[in-house]
Amino acid sequence: MPGLRIEGLCISIGDRDVVRAVDLHVAPGACAGLAGGSGSGKSLTALASLGLLPRPARVRAGRILLDGGETVAPDRDRTARVRGSGIAMIFQSPRAALNPVLRVGHQVERVLRRKGRRGDLRQRCVELLGTVGLLEPDQAARLYPHELSGGMCQRVLIAMGIASEPRILIADEPTTALDVTVQADILDLLDDLRARTGMGMLLISHDMSVVAERCESISVMRQGAIVEAGTTRAVIDSPRHPFTAELVRDLTHPPGTGHEAGG
Amino acid sequence: MGVPDVSSGAGRPGSARLRSELKRYPSLAAGGFLAAVVVIVAIAGHIAPPHNPLAINPGHALEPPGPGHWFGTDQFGRDVFSRVLAGTGTDVVIGLVVAALAFAVGSAAGLVPGYLGGWIDDIVMRVADIVMSFPPFLLALSIAVVIGNTVGNVIIAVTIAYVPYIVRLTRGSVLTARGSDYVLGARAVGASTPRVMTLHVLPNAAGPSMVQATLMAGWAILDVSGLSFLGAGIQPPSPELGVQVAQGASYITSGQWWVSVFPGVAIILAVLAFNFLGDYADDKLRGQGG
Amino acid sequence: MRRYVIRRLGLAVLTLAGIVVLVFMLTHILPGNPALVQAGGHADARTLREIERQMGLNRSLAAQFGSYLGNIANGSLGTSYTTGNTVAHDLLTRLPATAELAVASTILATIIGVPLGVAAGLREGSVTDWAGRAGAIIGTSIPLYWFGLVLIVVFYGKLHIAPAPTGEVDAFAAVPPSYTHSLILDSLLSGNWYTFFDALRHLALPVITLGIVETAPILKITRSATLEVAGSDHVRTARAYGLSRLEILKNDILRNVATRVLTALGIVFGFLLGGSILVERIYGWPGLGLYAWNAVTTTDYNAIQGYILLIGVIYVLLNLAIDLLYAGADPRIRFGPAGNVPRRRPHPAWPGRRVITPPSAERH
Repeated sequence: MPGLRIEGLCISIGDRDVVRAVDLHVAPGACAGLAGGSGSGKSLTALASLGLLPRPARVRAGRILLDGGETVAPDRDRTARVRGSGIAMIFQSPRAALNPVLRVGHQVERVLRRKGRRGDLRQRCVELLGTVGLLEPDQAARLYPHELSGGMCQRVLIAMGIASEPRILIADEPTTALDVTVQADILDLLDDLRARTGMGMLLISHDMSVVAERCESISVMRQGAIVEAGTTRAVIDSPRHPFTAELVRDLTHPPGTGHEAGG
Repeated sequence: MGVPDVSSGAGRPGSARLRSELKRYPSLAAGGFLAAVVVIVAIAGHIAPPHNPLAINPGHALEPPGPGHWFGTDQFGRDVFSRVLAGTGTDVVIGLVVAALAFAVGSAAGLVPGYLGGWIDDIVMRVADIVMSFPPFLLALSIAVVIGNTVGNVIIAVTIAYVPYIVRLTRGSVLTARGSDYVLGARAVGASTPRVMTLHVLPNAAGPSMVQATLMAGWAILDVSGLSFLGAGIQPPSPELGVQVAQGASYITSGQWWVSVFPGVAIILAVLAFNFLGDYADDKLRGQGG
Repeated sequence: MRRYVIRRLGLAVLTLAGIVVLVFMLTHILPGNPALVQAGGHADARTLREIERQMGLNRSLAAQFGSYLGNIANGSLGTSYTTGNTVAHDLLTRLPATAELAVASTILATIIGVPLGVAAGLREGSVTDWAGRAGAIIGTSIPLYWFGLVLIVVFYGKLHIAPAPTGEVDAFAAVPPSYTHSLILDSLLSGNWYTFFDALRHLALPVITLGIVETAPILKITRSATLEVAGSDHVRTARAYGLSRLEILKNDILRNVATRVLTALGIVFGFLLGGSILVERIYGWPGLGLYAWNAVTTTDYNAIQGYILLIGVIYVLLNLAIDLLYAGADPRIRFGPAGNVPRRRPHPAWPGRRVITPPSAERH
């Protein structure tokens, strides 16, 4: 089955399970949403797909498949190879995610080089930076991360993401650290990429409105388990789990607007 | 046998919590153990040394370690083991005094400028920078040479060299704490400046300096014994460990190694204890596991 | 960048001025009568007053300070009453010998400490890591002077590998003409092979003594820097994009650790300057440290004063050099402000030993 498929994933820290029996599917070209509060295990689930779980955590059971072939433990080599070519990931704090001592152009070129692209990397890099919406991309390429705004940094990371030509892009809170005005732009950019390259996207956010707006399907995680999953329409219109209902209620009737009584 | 869950600490008897803390932080175990050994040794050496550390016995000079004298005797026939016991006590006490003084003075000197800011801050930091522009051992040496080498003066000399580091650390923490919620809250309620400084800022800013002070107790032992080794610190016949190493130095090349080596081992153990304890305190402060 | 450089230069100048004042205060204001010390315990009142007059101690403090400043401006540091030379001459001719020690031991410590520290930091929780931590903690607990004596006992006394700790060369070595006053360089330059190799043999133990003890703080700082960088977001990103381990090590980890190691070297140098007195005393090495020790035991005031002044100046200049190197390496300083630019190189709190920085107060 094409796309990213997570089956029965269990992640543990010590002898405690922090993620239990998670099932997810991201089809090519589709956008799947993963919503939940902090500590719900959504980021760990994402990191597990790339074999990037931080040290004390490990995959205890389950499997993760990309286009039918296994990607995660026990096969560490395959996981390493998958990174950047099968699955790409962008994270929450864009500036911190960039190497402070390298120019951003260099950082994009590194990813291009890893993909085995020969020829004029510089040219391709500038093109990419232009694609993600950076004005004067040839100038921007020579800048260091601290000279860019948060939104610009996130665009650079997205450029790095595209450069690796992934089949699946996991975006973990891609806009949370950014200005509200910039958020929509970034999300539009991601949608645009999806349309053009046919890559699938897993959009992770604690902000239900973001997920509801952009994704075709939603899974809701709470305390390490998926408590609700289905098409966006279904989940929003008729949430079955009380936690989901809460999230949805905050969405359609944001607190403070006088509609708390429901209905 | 049912073992209590080690991950949470609430509601368990003190001894179980202690055991889990020791498991999580090996530095605490090591440091605590060494500190206990050192303290016991020091007290024993003070109360009931096998021989009088100061008793000269020329007939038995420079005897190698053996049944009567576990660490041998020095060139005056004094029992090295007893002297090491006595010296350990001296050095540990000196180390603790220096650390406490440096912490007290440094915290005060860092708290006031850090909180009040302005020209006080500038002056204090410039002075601290200038004092820190000398390697501390050399600075202590210079001061000790000038003001004379009594025990008190040596303590003062070393403390002066250490204070600026505590000042800088405290000031750094104070700057951070100054803008925090509880301080702003206290001021909003109208608490007076001295009250805010001592009750709210200081306890929370003291963390890093306390860790540093713990380590400084160990460094003080190294520096004071180093000064004494050079002859600029504590003077013989006091059985301070650095003095002992110095006294044995001339016999090293003729094969009588025990006079110098054993006191050094005692220094290492004492400093190690403080290093481990400081390491534990630092881990705890940063919220990391051992 | 320019602003940073100017700031640092200004700071250095101010600190140098402060040192000049501080040294004066040390020798003139603190209790203790230099003339009395110089005269020894048995001088009568008249001799004492004569010595005081000679040393200029009977003038006002301001006058003394004035002539002190004047002397320094002229480059004159007085005369050493033990050697009879000017202090400036003494210091300059002995500086190279200490430099030999300092350079060689720092190279040794860096070669051992940095790779070990990086390896320990990369393999968190492994045997290498624990060994690194243990090594650093134990290494920072060893008294330098004792360690030197132990090495002599083992390598000279028991194993008879090392030469006797009596200076730079043994009695049979011909002293080469002094171009640089560094025995090693001079003998090399004049083709005096016996002296050259003999000097190297004598250099070994002192360098090992200093080098091993210096390794501990370097190892500690490198390890903690590597730990921090290896766990950082940008390394995670690089891994997420499948960059090779070598590439990540080179460009992401090492380049960001390097600046901190630079800071560590600054710390270590301070420790070296202090340690040189101890090591040179033990090994009879004729450098600045031994000179200072002789000055202390004979209370040669001019020599002591000159030495302290020189050390202070060296230390300030060295830290300035490191700050400038750091500025060159960190693009946040080189290319001017935007976002998180440190106003000064994150200054470690404690030289020579453990570095404690308060978690969020690096920029002040």
